[in-house]
Amino acid sequence: MYPPRFDYVAPTTVDEVLAVLDERGDEAKVLAGGQSLIPMMKLRFAFPELLVDINRVAGLDSIGEVDGQLRVGALVRHNDVVASDVVARANHTMAAAAPWISDPLVRNLGTVCGSVAHADPLGDWASVMLACGADVVARSTTGERVIPMSDFITGPFTTVLEPTELVTEVRVPKYAGRGGGTYLKLERKVGDYATVGVATHLDLDGGGTITNAGIALTSVGPNNIKAVEAEQALVGRAPGDAVFAEAAELAARAAEPKDDVRGSAEYKRNVVRVFTRRALTTALEHAQP
Amino acid sequence: MNVTATVNGVEQSGDVEARTLLVHFLRTTLGLTGTHVGCDTSNCGACTVLLDGMPVKSCTVFAVQADGRSITTVEGLKQDGQLDPIQQGFKEMHGLQCGFCTPAMMLVSKALLDRNPDPSEDDIRWELSGNLCRCTGYVNIVKAIQWAAKERATA
Repeated sequence: MYPPRFDYVAPTTVDEVLAVLDERGDEAKVLAGGQSLIPMMKLRFAFPELLVDINRVAGLDSIGEVDGQLRVGALVRHNDVVASDVVARANHTMAAAAPWISDPLVRNLGTVCGSVAHADPLGDWASVMLACGADVVARSTTGERVIPMSDFITGPFTTVLEPTELVTEVRVPKYAGRGGGTYLKLERKVGDYATVGVATHLDLDGGGTITNAGIALTSVGPNNIKAVEAEQALVGRAPGDAVFAEAAELAARAAEPKDDVRGSAEYKRNVVRVFTRRALTTALEHAQP
Repeated sequence: MNVTATVNGVEQSGDVEARTLLVHFLRTTLGLTGTHVGCDTSNCGACTVLLDGMPVKSCTVFAVQADGRSITTVEGLKQDGQLDPIQQGFKEMHGLQCGFCTPAMMLVSKALLDRNPDPSEDDIRWELSGNLCRCTGYVNIVKAIQWAAKERATA
């Protein structure tokens, strides 16, 4: 299968990318890993007139640590996250999710930022970013915006990004003190979308009280769902089985699953309940002093 | 557009449209038909080649993206008339039935053994998890890779 014809440019600096997007952003798509975009073009779900290949832009492929945040550049591949010692130390939710993105071959090329910007309603990374309270950094010729993940996605495959903007990085908070998290994914087979995914993130103060909680759900709604009520039920309390069970119940209520080939709505809602409790317990284990 | 890449150690060029997929550049422009088109939808992994040593699905990469880079296909595994230990392993351990997935399986194996010369069975199965074999030959594929790892260790 061939995609429709398109123009192709491969700039070598971010400024050149932004200049092209400034001129032709309306008809362009940015090509990073291409592991979602190219199949969509082959199936004629997407037909951009111009592809702006950013793979030859230097400086976008690193995971940096700045001001208490991980800065994940636009060309950081899923497998770069799998291999990253920095991520393994600083964000367990990301570290847990990365090996479960698609399959090993896709992980070699697909990018974290591309996945976030693509906003597939069944994508895993958006849940991770919602739970961790990440920011998306978007640049255009007129400047830079830092967009909280909770404001970024507005619908299936739809974000607040302007056609002239490039996602240059996502910024994920490192644990300030005691912190932990994880991502649990139920999938029928390697490469399939999640039947259910649950991302958790906890920050604890010195006395062991939860100061910040993040819970986000994959594949159980029209988009990734931030389970706000479940999060709020945890903040200010001491962690433990009863509190986690309460949050898990609220997360299950926040889910909007539908019957499909991957399972019944009832089954998926129950998986949300079980996974949320387990994923909070794992987060707490990470957060032990 | 002109694409120039080092394919199996030899510099190769061709004129392609921007939309030409890497797998078609290899098969049609360069005549390297050992790389197979399976599902053509990024599911099966039969089109796997090594791009700068890293396994990728060549049906999900544009040929222009490979410009200036290095590609290894199954045709590049044999060196100086000698089968690669991985090829020998697939022969010795009956690691193939129909053979359609085999070039991809062998390239994924090569990348694995180059990175991890002594993989566990779990390591092997994890690494192969993006490549489908519809003859259900995974048991012997795993044995073939274990055979190759031993062969490489003693060579």
